[in-house]
Amino acid sequence: MADLSVNLAGIKSPNPFWLASAPPTNSGYQVQRAFEAGWGGAVWKTLGDPVINVSSRFSASTFNGQKVAGFNNIELITDRPLEVNLKEIYETKKKFPNHAIVASLMVEPKQEKWHEIVKKVEAIGVDGLELNFGCPHGMAERGMGSASGQVPELVEKQTHWVKEVAETPVIVKLTPNITDVTATAYAAVQGGADSISLINTINSLMGVDIHSWNTIPHVSGKGTHGGYCGPAVKPIALNMVAECARHPEINVPISGIGGISNWQDAIEFMLMGSTNVQVCTAAMHHGFRIVEDMIDGLNNYLDEKGLARAMDLVGQTVSKYQNWGDLDLNYKVAARINPDKCINCNKCYISCEDTSHQCIDRLLDANGKSYLKVREDDCVGCNLCSIVCPVDGAIDMIEYPSEVEMTWNERQSLLGKMTIGEETVS
Amino acid sequence: MKSAESEQLTAVDLKRNFFEVKEDMKPKEAIDEANRCLYCYDAPCMNACPTGIDVPSFIKKIATGNLKGSARDILDANPVGATCSRVCPTSELCEGACVLNDVSMPIRIGDLQRHATNWAMEHEVDLFEPGVPKNTKVAIVGGGPAGLSAARELRRLGHEVTIFEAKEKAGGLDTYGIVSFRLPQSVSLWEVEQVEKLGVDIRTNCTVGKDISPETLKNDFDAVLVTVGMGQVPKLGIEGEDLTGVYDAIQFVENTKTKALTEQFIGKRAVVIGAGNTAIDAATCLIRSGARNVKIIYRRTEEEMTAYPFEFEFAKQDGVEFRWLTQPTKIIGDESGHVRQLECVQMMLGQPDQSGRRRPVPIEDSSFLMDVDIVVRAIGQSRHLDLLNAFGLNHDSGVLQLNADTYQTSSAQIFAAGDVVYGSTEYGDAMVVSAAEQGKRAAYAIDKKLSC
Repeated sequence: MADLSVNLAGIKSPNPFWLASAPPTNSGYQVQRAFEAGWGGAVWKTLGDPVINVSSRFSASTFNGQKVAGFNNIELITDRPLEVNLKEIYETKKKFPNHAIVASLMVEPKQEKWHEIVKKVEAIGVDGLELNFGCPHGMAERGMGSASGQVPELVEKQTHWVKEVAETPVIVKLTPNITDVTATAYAAVQGGADSISLINTINSLMGVDIHSWNTIPHVSGKGTHGGYCGPAVKPIALNMVAECARHPEINVPISGIGGISNWQDAIEFMLMGSTNVQVCTAAMHHGFRIVEDMIDGLNNYLDEKGLARAMDLVGQTVSKYQNWGDLDLNYKVAARINPDKCINCNKCYISCEDTSHQCIDRLLDANGKSYLKVREDDCVGCNLCSIVCPVDGAIDMIEYPSEVEMTWNERQSLLGKMTIGEETVS
Repeated sequence: MKSAESEQLTAVDLKRNFFEVKEDMKPKEAIDEANRCLYCYDAPCMNACPTGIDVPSFIKKIATGNLKGSARDILDANPVGATCSRVCPTSELCEGACVLNDVSMPIRIGDLQRHATNWAMEHEVDLFEPGVPKNTKVAIVGGGPAGLSAARELRRLGHEVTIFEAKEKAGGLDTYGIVSFRLPQSVSLWEVEQVEKLGVDIRTNCTVGKDISPETLKNDFDAVLVTVGMGQVPKLGIEGEDLTGVYDAIQFVENTKTKALTEQFIGKRAVVIGAGNTAIDAATCLIRSGARNVKIIYRRTEEEMTAYPFEFEFAKQDGVEFRWLTQPTKIIGDESGHVRQLECVQMMLGQPDQSGRRRPVPIEDSSFLMDVDIVVRAIGQSRHLDLLNAFGLNHDSGVLQLNADTYQTSSAQIFAAGDVVYGSTEYGDAMVVSAAEQGKRAAYAIDKKLSC
């Protein structure tokens, strides 16, 4: 049994699986149920001046019969009085002293507002604070959430105000609705953040009802953009986490968020620099009990890899994530179809023929049976055939390591030298 | 199903016994299954379908909720696609070819096809239109699957089409010969209606050679297509065949589809002679009619049986007993002329015959008696020799001589398709789906000829 406990900028939890600030962490009842189910921590649903929420709030995309491939919401921060939330946080912490409880906060971008709420919340005892600079809908129209989070100066300034009074670690939660997330991450660090968490939800319109022509969801015939999350956003989130993790001046621990649905996703985020992960959609889809497999799967994985601690995973892949210009142009992979495993669905053939590089032939063997073969010399190694192949092991991407590595940047630099040389000669 | 053993059958139970056995897929079930389809390119299922239904396409359309498009894909390729979804040996055709057989479970193509065509039946949509009139007239003799399929395609190509159908209703075997619990008559009649809606004139109760002469057809129409299928079950050629209680399997099945279900078989012991699909149909109809014991006797073995494996399985599930290597030699009656016993002889398999199957040979002194009340013969079907002769066409024991490219018979004006051109039944029963495809091809051949 590996040690699954993590320490995020001084916030300790028995395992890396936290519930993100969202509907699942709306009340003490829910968070206590989550802790009983095995969650290691919870970021309480954002506290601030209580709001009024609309009815008809969530929606989700279904892909080829798979429900909740992506999830969208227009719910705002907590609509319960601050005192009620604080009382329940106190009770929950008392019952579960070893679990992490982090309070998510969102107030107007004013120093006194931040000072006031930080003091109130820390007074009842939390393990940390998470500043919500991320929610893209509703609150942003009032200058909060992502409206703050999209302006690096506001991120830095507000983080600084919080740090003036905070006694517990401060996590800044970032919005993905920005061209370069490292700009705001850097601003948070400059403001004194102890950690960053990302991503918050992505601006989204879930859909349009093709029969009523209403938006999905709609509130009495009108819709508004929401925040998108769930499995569909995972690659976007993972990239943003990775960009922050490999940034030389963003040196705080990261709490990874975005489409994490199982232990494998969690490991990917940890390898890419997350100290822990926060989950919402998967719990909303299946209930708190899914954490059981997350813990079990992570533990089995660590044992199998001979790793004693979950923390040993953190950041292992970060150095492998680089600029395109630093990739080896001489490295090659080419597809090879394994006739023993191939079921002849021809999906690789048609995808290559219609949409890639036309290098798969349909041939007949001596018995007149059709089979597929890659012309490896023509294959550019795009992977499309192996992506669409429904059978594991039917298509291998064979590696041809380069004898001499040559990246684009190296090539340009060499060319530059040659040009300079030529000029010198002429 | 309620059987005679469990309790006394009522008329209501009998009726229920003949309801379609298989329920339609539920909408979610269909979508889940449709989403499992890989959407293969140049899909083996499509190539395995005699009518070439674009299976991945119709299944994808179920997944996207485009049931109208799905039904159209199916019925475009196969005018009797609703029937075929129920009677096709899918495990030997589309589902047998599904690439998922190797790594998972094949897609339930037949069930999905039934789901989509059920939608079309429930939603009275017009899926096809007649073509631009060509001022040409085609007569079709026989309104079974081959004739209907040809008629539909000829109408879409703009020809005027008249079907001459001897029975009260069109649809042929689909309407009269396939057991209701597999294929309700309403399905076949819906397919007939779709063809009629395109403007095909279907003259029922009209027997060519009796009510109208072949000469009249030849004179009044530019082309004649013969799709008369096959006839009744021939006699066994043994003593006692005229006794009360001896039936022709085709007629027996037809009675269950056209007449009020009779209670006369309740508690009876029945023997069906033959082991093709018609024999299975008769046997399972007998069970559902309340017979106490139903045996299929066959002079060869399970190996040589022509019934599809799934039909064989279905019969066993229904409780039909099988007696292999058994040949009837005499039907013995009681004093009132009713069947009382069947005399049989045990057989053994000898050398292979022309069909390649080992010839059954009687074992000496192996004769024995079986107490029975009902004997049903299901040993193949006879051919419509008189009609073929009346048309003056060359044939081999009722199998028409045909040009495989032009679908022309020995007379250039007369075309043929379906069971009437299908070879020997020794190789198993001809399929509805093959008849449908032949009808289509004959229609294109006629169109080509008339367009010259």
